[in-house]
Amino acid sequence: MNRRKLRDFLGTKLMLVVTVAISLLFFSIFFLLLFKSLFIFEQHSLAEILFSSSWNPGFNQFGLYPIIVGTVLVTGIALIIAVPISILSAVYIAEYAPKKIRKVVRPFIDVLAGVPSVVYGLCALLFLVPLIKDVIAPWFGIETTGYCILTASITLAIMVFPIIISLCVESFHAIPLSLREASLSVGATKWETVKKVIFRASAPSIISAVFLGFGRAFGETIAVNMVVGGITRTPSTIFSPGQTLASLIVSAYSDMMSSPLYESALMMVALILFIVVLLFNIFGIFILRRAKKRWNF
Amino acid sequence: MNKRTLEENIFKILMMISISIVVGSLIIIVALVIINGGPALTLGLLTQTSSGEFYLGSGGGGILNAILGSLLLALPATGLACVIGIAIALYLQKDFTHSWVAGFIRFSLDILWGIPSIIYGVFCFLIMIYLGMSASVLVGIIALTLLEIPIITRYMDESIKLVPIGLKEGAYSLGSTKFETAVKVVPRQALPGILAGILLGLGRGIGDAASILFTAGFTNRIPSSLLDSTAALPTMIFQLSTSSLPIVRQKASATALVLLLIVFTISILSRALSKRYMKYVIK
Repeated sequence: MNRRKLRDFLGTKLMLVVTVAISLLFFSIFFLLLFKSLFIFEQHSLAEILFSSSWNPGFNQFGLYPIIVGTVLVTGIALIIAVPISILSAVYIAEYAPKKIRKVVRPFIDVLAGVPSVVYGLCALLFLVPLIKDVIAPWFGIETTGYCILTASITLAIMVFPIIISLCVESFHAIPLSLREASLSVGATKWETVKKVIFRASAPSIISAVFLGFGRAFGETIAVNMVVGGITRTPSTIFSPGQTLASLIVSAYSDMMSSPLYESALMMVALILFIVVLLFNIFGIFILRRAKKRWNF
Repeated sequence: MNKRTLEENIFKILMMISISIVVGSLIIIVALVIINGGPALTLGLLTQTSSGEFYLGSGGGGILNAILGSLLLALPATGLACVIGIAIALYLQKDFTHSWVAGFIRFSLDILWGIPSIIYGVFCFLIMIYLGMSASVLVGIIALTLLEIPIITRYMDESIKLVPIGLKEGAYSLGSTKFETAVKVVPRQALPGILAGILLGLGRGIGDAASILFTAGFTNRIPSSLLDSTAALPTMIFQLSTSSLPIVRQKASATALVLLLIVFTISILSRALSKRYMKYVIK
């Protein structure tokens, strides 16, 4: 075997090893988290952990119910805010905006996607927290510190905008022109065309965009941790402070090593986070891939 | 005006409102950071390391250790992720891998892309504890590398996929091996996409806090070895913003301004470089 062939052989094998290693990364994260959280399942049943409402690691109580409720509320409200705004913005960019405006707006969205999450958190702290404390909550006659579920949701909604918008714009562009023309030629208005043709044709992509946005919002840690309040009680209104799964890990990590059971509980939180995000992403990517094949984009 | 045009107009107005909210939120973010952080952004802030009083607001100290820490974490991480990424992206070509295997690996990379960065942080933290190490630059670099690999690889892969088969066949017909073709011919053609991917990864890595929070630790000194813990810009912002003192929050905004400037420079650089290296691309 000459030197060139040897190099070809070694290089190729090296590439193979790296590729296999990265494919295994995913499984190693899963199994390590699972292995670490087994310890807590020896002492508490899954039902107890998921439905008990007292999170009190010092007293050996690890009920995740308030945190799960907090996470679902924060993520859900964030999506309720983000989805309509993002879809309408995407329709505007893809169908209505004149070329000049489109050229200005697209980079704006790319830049928004690149802003680090800790900066979102800081801005929410500086702007949203006082706004909600002094203006919005008094409208409803509620007193709050401003560190609450709603603040975290609005912050997350803004972080999710670029993801949903860019995926939707991409999928709207992929719908063939002839479909639009057919609808317009029978007398439909532009909005009717959007509503009955574009939305229907790109429904799978829109759904997958929402799923991927959900994954992002569900796992966002730092920005949420800065504004959500960090109190592990079941939130009674959207103006009460709460806690989310990802944010709990950050809040608790400094005393995580104090007891192995506590550490194991936090690893279980990470495992839940991992599995939920994973399921939504798998679903989202799967639908998106089929849509891409269908419309060739 | 009939019902149909009315509906059209209502939705047009709603779209205008939506797009204004989206664009407006970016403007508000940038304006907040500039207005709050601008006055605190002095030369002293950029050239001194932080001290205990720095977090109490009584004068003194800067964020030099965080700036250097961020570069020490993100640059090597991007370098590592880039080497690993290019190896995987080249291997995913049809010349090396069956397309269904490649499809599966692409799928798993897409999923890894979506995994929250805190999970990478926890994963590296667990391995760190297992090996008996403490929070350090080295572990931080590894966490960021893992975070960046899926991003960089998928970007490289998308642009390598577009390399025309004729170009590779040309190289093969001159007698080059598969590896030579993959290393010498393909990357040049895919260069603009590869660079865009690397810079996107760098931008993501330098701005991420959750993955380095436990793994790189926090300190006021400039790290002197790979096993020292270090501050970084995102963790510094996180640390400073939890203070209730307005003056300390101002410093947090100034730090955020520095971070935003770095991130925006990277994204402008990415566009400029991609354009520049388009000239090597054979169309």
